[in-house]
Formats: sequence, C-alpha cells, structure tokens
Amino acid sequence: MPAIPLNKAPQPAATNPEQIRNFCIIAHIDHGKSTLADRMLGITEVVEARNMRAQYLDRMDIERERGITIKSQAVRLPWRSGIDGKDYILNMIDTPGHVDFTYEVSRSLAACEGAILLVDCAQGIEAQTLANLYLAMENDLTIIPVLNKIDLPAAQPEKFALELSKLVGCKPEDCLKVSGKTGAGVEELLDQIVAQIPAPKGKPDGPARALIFDSVYDTYRGVVTYVRVVDGSLSPREQIQMFSTGVKHELLDIGVISPEPVSSKGLGVGEVGYLITGVKDVRLSRVGDTVTTFHKPAKDALSGYKDPKPMVFSGLYPIDGDEYPMLRDALDKLQLNDAALVYEPETSAALGFGFRCGFLGLLHMEIVRERLEREFNLTLISTAPNVVYSVTTEGGQDIVVTNPSEYPNGKVEKVMEPIVRATILSPTDFIGTIMELCQQRRGTLNGMDYLSEDRVEIRYTLPLAEIVFDFFDQLKSRTKGYASLDYEPIGEAEGDLVKVDILLQGETVDAFSSIVHREKAYAYGVMMTTKLRELIPRQQFEVPIQAAIGAKIIARENIRAIRKDVLAKCYGGDITRKRKLLEKQKEGKKRMKMVGRVEVPQEAFIAALSTNADAESGKAKK
Amino acid sequence: MSRRLSFYIHIPYCIKRCGYCDFNTYTPAELQGPDLESVSKNYISAVLKEIELAQKTVGAAEVPSIFFGGGTPSLMPAAELARVIQEIRDRFELSPDIEITIEVNPDSVSLDFLEKMRQAGANRISMGMQSAVPHVLKVLDRTHNPENVSTAVEKARKAGFEHVSVDLIYGAPGESVSDWQQSVTSALQLPIDHISAYALIIEKGTKLAAQISRGEVQMPPDEETAEKYLIADSAFEAAGFNWYELSNWSKPGGQCRHNIAYWNGSMWWGVGPGAHSYFDNRRWWNVKHPATYQQKINAGESPVQSEEILSEENLADEYLMLQIRRREGIPHRNLKDSQVSRAAEYVDSGHLDQAEWTAQKLVLTQQGRLIADRIVRDLVL
Repeated sequence: MPAIPLNKAPQPAATNPEQIRNFCIIAHIDHGKSTLADRMLGITEVVEARNMRAQYLDRMDIERERGITIKSQAVRLPWRSGIDGKDYILNMIDTPGHVDFTYEVSRSLAACEGAILLVDCAQGIEAQTLANLYLAMENDLTIIPVLNKIDLPAAQPEKFALELSKLVGCKPEDCLKVSGKTGAGVEELLDQIVAQIPAPKGKPDGPARALIFDSVYDTYRGVVTYVRVVDGSLSPREQIQMFSTGVKHELLDIGVISPEPVSSKGLGVGEVGYLITGVKDVRLSRVGDTVTTFHKPAKDALSGYKDPKPMVFSGLYPIDGDEYPMLRDALDKLQLNDAALVYEPETSAALGFGFRCGFLGLLHMEIVRERLEREFNLTLISTAPNVVYSVTTEGGQDIVVTNPSEYPNGKVEKVMEPIVRATILSPTDFIGTIMELCQQRRGTLNGMDYLSEDRVEIRYTLPLAEIVFDFFDQLKSRTKGYASLDYEPIGEAEGDLVKVDILLQGETVDAFSSIVHREKAYAYGVMMTTKLRELIPRQQFEVPIQAAIGAKIIARENIRAIRKDVLAKCYGGDITRKRKLLEKQKEGKKRMKMVGRVEVPQEAFIAALSTNADAESGKAKK
Repeated sequence: MSRRLSFYIHIPYCIKRCGYCDFNTYTPAELQGPDLESVSKNYISAVLKEIELAQKTVGAAEVPSIFFGGGTPSLMPAAELARVIQEIRDRFELSPDIEITIEVNPDSVSLDFLEKMRQAGANRISMGMQSAVPHVLKVLDRTHNPENVSTAVEKARKAGFEHVSVDLIYGAPGESVSDWQQSVTSALQLPIDHISAYALIIEKGTKLAAQISRGEVQMPPDEETAEKYLIADSAFEAAGFNWYELSNWSKPGGQCRHNIAYWNGSMWWGVGPGAHSYFDNRRWWNVKHPATYQQKINAGESPVQSEEILSEENLADEYLMLQIRRREGIPHRNLKDSQVSRAAEYVDSGHLDQAEWTAQKLVLTQQGRLIADRIVRDLVL
C-alpha cells in the first residue's frame, strides 16, 4: 500500500531533502492535467475518497476568486515508493498555461527538479506545451514523458510516443502510458517521479533563500506567497526580507498545502509551501523574487528575477463617463493580484477619461477586461491594442510610444518595433496557408521541422504588432482550429512604420489613430473611412472623413448633410408623444460623443474599434 | 380676469378611413350603430356630460377658442354641434372674440350645414384639401375630386365664414415636384386666409404603411420633400401668407388661435375619446374607443385613461420643442447660457436667423425649420 497515513508521513521542516521530489505538469489545456491531479490526490490519500470531487484543485480556484480560501498552487503529497519501499514527499507545483505568462511559467519550473510532460494521446503535443517543454529543458529539468487518455478509443499511443521521444530525446517505450480517468498507470508514474527526478540540493545551514513562484491576493489573509526553499530554512514569527525591494515583513503564517493549507513549524531545504505576511499588494511579493531572513540575510539573490514588462497597450474607457472612478478603483483592486498590470490615466478627446493599460499580451488583456466587466460590473470600450515603439526623430530625440497619440508629428529618423519568435504547430496540410498568413504579416521564416509524418513545427520571426491584431483568430480559422501558436519576445527591429490619423471634419479622432506598416496604411485608411461613413449618422452639415499620414490625405469619404429632420405636425395629442421621444433621445445623447461639432454615437466607436475580423463576420451575417 | 380654457371637441367618425390616417376615428360600419343620426345623438350627449365635468374641475373660465376636429365633424348634424357650443356657453364665459373652428370634408359639406354652424357661432372653417392632383389623392386614399374643394370653400364664404383654411399634404408616394407645385398654386387661388402644409408622416398600422412595406409604393427621398417645403414656403410668403408655425401660414389676422394655445402653454380641454387635455401642469387623455368612452361617461365614471404631471424639466423641454417651431421664436433670456452658445453655431450654419439673433432671439430660417427636431435634440439638456 504505497500511500502513507498522514501522521506517519515526513513532516514539514523535518523532512530530509533526500526524501523530497519537486515536479510540475506541463500540459495543454484539455489534455487531462486536472483529472490526473485528482487521481494523484486520491491515490496518495491526501483527500479522502468521500471528499473527492472532480477537478479538486480547480474547484478551489473558483473559491479563491470568491475570496473564501486560498488556491492550491503547490500540493504536498506523501508517497511510499513501490520500488524501494521508502517514504517520500512529492510536491506538485502548478504552472500557468499561457503564452502571456511565460515568465511565471519559468519561475514555476525553476522551483522544480523535474516535469511531467503530459500529452493527450489522441491529439499530440500543442505549441504552448512545446514551448514550455523547451523552457523546462533550458532549466535542466528531468522530463518524464507521459501519454494520457490511453483509455480513449481514438488513442494513438504508439504514434505520439514516437513524437514525444523525438522531442525529449528518449526511447518511445520510455513514455509512460496513463489514464487519469481510470487511474491506470498513475501509481507507476508516482514511483517514476521518485526514481527519475533528482532530490533538491541546498545548504541546510546557509542563509535562507527561497524562490517566490506565485503570489496571490486573498481578501481575508492578504497576499499569500508561494515559495520553494533553496537554502537554509524559514520559521514562523521570523522577520523576512525581499531581495528586490529590501522590504522587511513579519511571517504571520507559514505552512504547506495538502491540499488544504496547514500551518507548519517552518520550511526546510527543498520544501515548497506558503508564507503570509499581512501585505495587501502582490507587487510587494513578486514572482521571481528571493526571500531571505532579516537577521541572517543571504548575500546573493537567486538568479532569474525580472520585472514584468508590459508588451501590449490599450486604452480602457468606461462607456458611461460617470463610471470613471469605479474603473480606477477596480484597476487598483486588480493590481493587488496582478503585478504585471500597469495603467495610468489618459484622456481621449473622443472617448473621455480612461486609462492606458499595459498587459503582458493579448490573453492577459482579455482576462483583465473580462474581470473588470464581470467582477466590477463595468461596461468598457477598449481602443485597438498596440505595442511599444521606440521612435527616433530627425533631431535625434528618442521617444517611447505606448499610444499612437504620442507619435511625434515631425520627421522621423527611424522606428523600432518589438519582434517575437513565433512557433506554430500544425497538421502538414496547412503549411501553405500558414506561410501565406505569416508572409502577409511581415514574417520571416526561420525553419520548419516535422514532428511526425503529418505534424510540423513552423518557426517565424514576426513583429509583435502583427500578432496583437487578430493573428490568432486568423490562424485558427485558416487551419480549422488545428494549429497552435506560441511566441516569445526576442527584441526590437526597425520597421517602415507610419502613423495613420483619421479626421472627422478636419479633427483627428485620437481613438482611431494607428501605427501601421507603410504598405498597409492605405488599406487601413480606406477601411476606417468606409466603416465610419456607414456608422456615423448624417449631421446638419456635410462631414468629410479623411485618413492622413501627417498632412497627406490618403483616403476620403463624405457623409452628406441631412436635409430634413422634423415632424410636420405638433398638436394637442402629439405633444406628450413628441416630448417622450425627446426624453429618449436625451438619454441616447449621453451615449453620443462629440468630435468637434460631429455627433458620433458610442456604438459607432465600438463598431469601428472592433477588429477587422469582427467587421467581416458582421458583414457576412447581413 | 378669470382663467382661460380652450376646448377641443373630438368627433371620432368618418365615412371611410383614409389610407394614411392613424387618428382615433371610426367608420359607421366599425361602430355597428343603427344609423349615423342616432350615433350622433348619443355621442353628443356624452360630450355634453364631459363639458359638465370640465366645469366641475376647472370652475369659472373664459373660453377663447373651440375647435371641432376629428374624424369628420361635418358628418354630424349641425344641430348636434350647436348643442355643444351652447353647452359651453352655458357653463363658461365665451370670449367676445372667440374663435370657433369646424373641420370639414370638402365632399360632404353642404351650404345648409355651414349656414347653421355660422348661426351657432362658428367662424372658422378648416378644410382637408391635401392635394390638387388626382393621382396623389388616390395614393392618399381620399374620396374627393379636386374641384370639390373650391366649391366647398365658396360655400363657406357664402355662409359668412371670413376665416377659411385648407390643409395640404406633400411628400406622398408618387408625388412629383411639379405635382406639388400644382397643389400649392391651386390652394393660393382659393379665397382663404390660412394654409397648413404637412409633410406626410407614415404612421404604423396604416394601410399606406403596409403598402410601403410590401414595396407597392415608394416614399420620395427626404431631399425632394425638403425641396417641396421650400417651394411651398416661398410661394405662400410671396402670396402674403406668412409662416407663424413650421407647418402653418396665414394672412394677417388669419392665424389659428386655437392651435397657438397648444404651442404657448395655454390650457385646453379635449372632449371625447382619445382626446388630450392640459390643465395646471397636468396632462391627461381619455380612453380611446367611443363605446368605452360613452359607457364611462354615462356611468358617471371618469373617462380618463392616463395622465402625467409635468415636471419643471418636462415643461422646459416642451417650451423649447414647441416654441422653436414658431415665428415668434425664443428670446435668449428663456434659455440657459449653454443653450445659447450651442445655438450660436446654428446662426453660423444658416439655420437660425442672423438679424433676430442680434435682437436676442432664436428664430429658425427656412433651412433651420427643415431640421428643427435635430436642433431641439441638440439644445435640450
């Protein structure tokens, strides 16, 4: 019986590092990670059978959102090896699953000595999984390739074992085959974790050093920080210090998650657990930072700490201007839990008061926006996302542009834009269409490798700006959903870029200005002027809509003046009806924005700011 | 001086419903009464009871105007309408210069009816001419021959009516600019002192609305309808008819004082089914169907279907919305500063009269009248 009764299991702060194994599971979103984790909780008996429920750890995530309990980021699993019969502690560390959070993933990986590469053996590996695998390999983690869902009729374990073995560099027969659903092979997997993954190494008597791999805000307990102790140990009531900020905190609580939080006498070398200091802001307890003790501080921080750097910017504006203070409060609250979110107040002539927000990437942006709308009940307009440009003027002045309105008006010497290395995994049938898309988006092909006979890895260098604008949607629709994408920033490159302004009756509408490649400026100008002509109602005067690069007009449309807007009759019975209509229009007027003298309904802004793809699919419906 | 209260008397009957009309009116067939005569008698009895109710509510008042509208008041026996005038005379004080208007249908009006009404005290006739062009009348579903209009106007003059007005409608499907010019010219040849000209409004639920939605007929473009307004306004002004409200023109002394009461916030009582009333910041309207109306009245119940109390803001909105349509215009002092500065842009764009603006007044130009509703929307708040 390989599970150990809890009271007999090695206790926190008193566990020999030799008995510890720290690992994470790298998997694509629906490849069965949660089900496998459930099975591990059940088999190791940290959750009693009668308390077991599906997606046990995920369920706690939702509870955490509601502020009831803390999330289970790292679960301590006692396990008696079926191979040598000895007792071990397995720490399963969760990793975020998305391209925007590569840095967070890298810190989770840095807290482990090994990783389970979990792949659905009916689907094969996906681009993000591959990217995380490479990241794990760079971190020198021991990789255990595992094929999941072998119980499925469509399973092709032999085919994907071959694919995995090529990627990991092992023999196909070394791939473990499990079913999270039935439990088949899971005990063997736990034994292999013990056998293959190295025990953590550290200096038990040295100054304490612990790596923060996650940091979560909890309404009741403040910030809960998840750490992996590398050297020394941490004890309750001790004063700790953060390396990056030098800020000192009292340890109010320290413990492990198993899978509920349990206070402990401390954490020793190689152990994984949580710290609570009473701070209220995750920015004071940052992922990647090193924790040490105040009375016996370590000299050097653990390597790899980086400040999160926003890559994508967008303006967020409340549709109802009265909601501006609510939006500010909501962003303040979100930032407590999201160290990567940055924002500053911004005023748009067209959209009013709002915030320019910086995000790690598109998904991060979507998450933040969705949370603002769902959790804080706000209705928002967001401007088209843009990346950060470094612009050098002819006068030699360098300007960082996070908003098209900051783009200099005078002559520009050069513009640098961020570029990324993108990896696309796809069935071979779609190679042509993917290459076509990447070429259109100014991509440079770096290479192509066949993962198997019918699956290919395509590598491109692309400007990030091309990806933030509906690239992912295009990729998915052109490959019937089969292709997957991952990308990482690799620096900057010079681009032939211009700013296109959209003018209504001679006035620039700041929300519609965009920095685009010179060859695409005309298309953007025509697209926007045509769209706006349809969206803006006729006014009492003619309204020219122009697209311009600097003073040069590149596209023009006209909204003809309205000739007649009056109801001829207004007698006794008409008066109430007419006034009620006027009251309705007054309400509607609050949703109108004035650009100079032109009345633009908010709907027109929203429709015009929605992406190309939306507009096209909207047309298709008509 | 006692309070003033105008009366609108609704006559909810027509021989036939016109294709564009959504007024609260019923044909004899729809009412299933024995004959028009007995229908009239019963209906007018109910009207008299509501006038009694008005007296109980308002108390003493001077009546500056009475307007019989519909429907087709000229379908009623003159004696019945005379009873109404008499009832008001008995219960209130009629102004010495009271204006009493009867709407008549040029097809069905007789000299006898007109003479009797003149004797009963009526002094103004409003006639539904609509158009002088047969194919336009046909689209509008009107029954009369264009020639009937001049005959009917002659009869009114002969009966001693010094104020005669005709209603015109422009912008009907199939009406060309020259058709409209012809209607305008015909109207100006009549011995009248007042013209109302309305752009056709397509009301939901009418026969014409259905024809348009089925694509059987097509509305002319707004540009053309706007042009027709300009044609009419210029022709009327040249003939000595001055505009005093967006859709109304008159010779000196020919303005309809009853309609002005609607626009200047005076008090009025609408008698009959579906009629609206306005008294002391309260506006209410009666139940719509004549049968329900009569039932309620005869049972001694209130015929009111619903009411609203007008707030300061409502009153301000209505003032702007109604007064801007008038030649009188709006003095700057009756507007907020922000509204005045907003309005200034319309002086520059030619929608407000420059000379009047200098004299601290907001008065619409021809072009301004065409977009009056837009300007009101812009100025409210």
